[in-house]
Amino acid sequence: MAGAPRTPFSRPGLVALLPFLWLVLFVLVPLAIVFKISLAESVLARPPYTPLFEWSGEGWPQLRASFANYTLLIEDDVYRRSLWGSLRIAALGTLAALAIGLPLAYAMSRAPRRMQGTLLLAVMLPFWTAFLIRIYAWMVLLRNEGLVNLALRALGITDVPLAMLGTEGAVVLGIAYAYLPFMVLPIYASLERQDPAVLEAAADLGAPPAAAFWSVTVPLARPGILAGCLLVFLPALGEVVIPDLLGGSGTLMLGRTIWTEFFQNRDWPMAGALTILLLVVLGGPLLWLQRQQARLLAQAER
Amino acid sequence: MRRGLSAVNLCALALGLAFLYLPILVVIALSFNESRLVSVWGGFSLRWYGAVWQNEALLAAVWVSLRVAAFSATIALVLGTLAGLVLARAAQFRGRTMLAGLVYVPLVMPEVVTGLALLLLFVALEWERGALTITLAHATLSLGFVAVLVQSRMLSFDRALEEAALDLGATPFGAFFQVTLPAIWPAILSGWLLAFTLSLDDLVIASFTSGPGATTLPMRLYGQVRLGVSPEINVISTLLIGLAALALLVASLAQKLVRARTEAGAPMRD
Repeated sequence: MAGAPRTPFSRPGLVALLPFLWLVLFVLVPLAIVFKISLAESVLARPPYTPLFEWSGEGWPQLRASFANYTLLIEDDVYRRSLWGSLRIAALGTLAALAIGLPLAYAMSRAPRRMQGTLLLAVMLPFWTAFLIRIYAWMVLLRNEGLVNLALRALGITDVPLAMLGTEGAVVLGIAYAYLPFMVLPIYASLERQDPAVLEAAADLGAPPAAAFWSVTVPLARPGILAGCLLVFLPALGEVVIPDLLGGSGTLMLGRTIWTEFFQNRDWPMAGALTILLLVVLGGPLLWLQRQQARLLAQAER
Repeated sequence: MRRGLSAVNLCALALGLAFLYLPILVVIALSFNESRLVSVWGGFSLRWYGAVWQNEALLAAVWVSLRVAAFSATIALVLGTLAGLVLARAAQFRGRTMLAGLVYVPLVMPEVVTGLALLLLFVALEWERGALTITLAHATLSLGFVAVLVQSRMLSFDRALEEAALDLGATPFGAFFQVTLPAIWPAILSGWLLAFTLSLDDLVIASFTSGPGATTLPMRLYGQVRLGVSPEINVISTLLIGLAALALLVASLAQKLVRARTEAGAPMRD
């Protein structure tokens, strides 16, 4: 930093200290406590877990860590099904969002320039309305007396209402709906940068539009597609509200199981162990996303 | 090349936007339904709007939510701006990587993890849970968003302007407050707005960190929504959607105004 002007923020010191201490206290310490409590046992007390260290009054305090909660994660069917359900439903929701988002992003990038800003705003706008309301809207549509069933009956497709609310399919749909902007924006960004000349070249060489789309446009948009998929998949993994409102009692996902363990079963240590599991599952894809972004940044700087 | 839309593209656009907007529009339309049976149209009526106005528990929850959102967004603004400035300016110092990492953690962590972790902290510290603990939790969540916005704005800010101010005899603090701060102000403001919205919208973290006395609007609404569809929730939804649309309109107008002014003064490079 030789020669740079000395402004208040060229020397971190005190300025950095305040946010730093805040984040240590409210991010780092709480995560350490979650890990600590995941090693405890659930008891009927306040707070409802055993202390990690026990001191009988003389000598060294005794460490009382128990991995019972973690063995239970593997042995108990509910937890295994929650993990598998999270992965499956989040993956299906991501695929559904991709199926809707890719054509939408492509059409947006092909629209006349002056319309693109408006279209972008139109995709973002629902994102600013309350999350709960957007999920509630699907309850209105999908329930037995809901509009979708009314329409199906009016068209004579079914006589009895189809049970749609309270199924895994409804959760998949809800995830695709809630996180669609996260899918559309990165794909649009990578499509918008593409030179239209490559498509013209493909057409000149005899490729029909559909073939050009799959063999030229999609491969070039790969970074955007991957980023979009992760931006939907990662938050969907820990989703609580969507499975609770749109899913049935059997629709198990990790986030929802943590919620149930905590609020209904009052088993804080088990909720802690499940939280650690969720973080471990998220860790891999997150690191990959970060490495990908660092690579893109390095490419941009070159 | 022709930039018009082919039939296939038009179709994709129409279907995509219909998917995004139809559910919301249905709820808005049904909020004007006279009938208590949500799916049976009983004629146009404002009956349920009056009912919502009488719901005192709901109004109390709105008040709690607004207070928590305003305070947490303001804390996030101060701390996030400081973090963003340091991350953009100070190239190397001990703990820079750690600060950069810590700022990102609440952005990527699932809400259920943040909520549970903070609750366990508050229990360990024996702090009484209520509006204050929700505010602290929301500030922690949002300060990362403010920091990222401020940091990226700072990277596009032309440092020569600051150097010029210093050469002309401004003190380092004077240069900061008279040159730098006005230039990054839009990022700080949109950070505050984002933090405010995130706080108003959050259900999961608030449920974990709240105590008996403090129920936010999403918490109250969630309790009602779990019982099923009702005309009253349709009305609340419509009001919230209208409010969000209004806020967006104001924000985009303000942005236009700021842009017109900065173009006249031109302190930004981008």
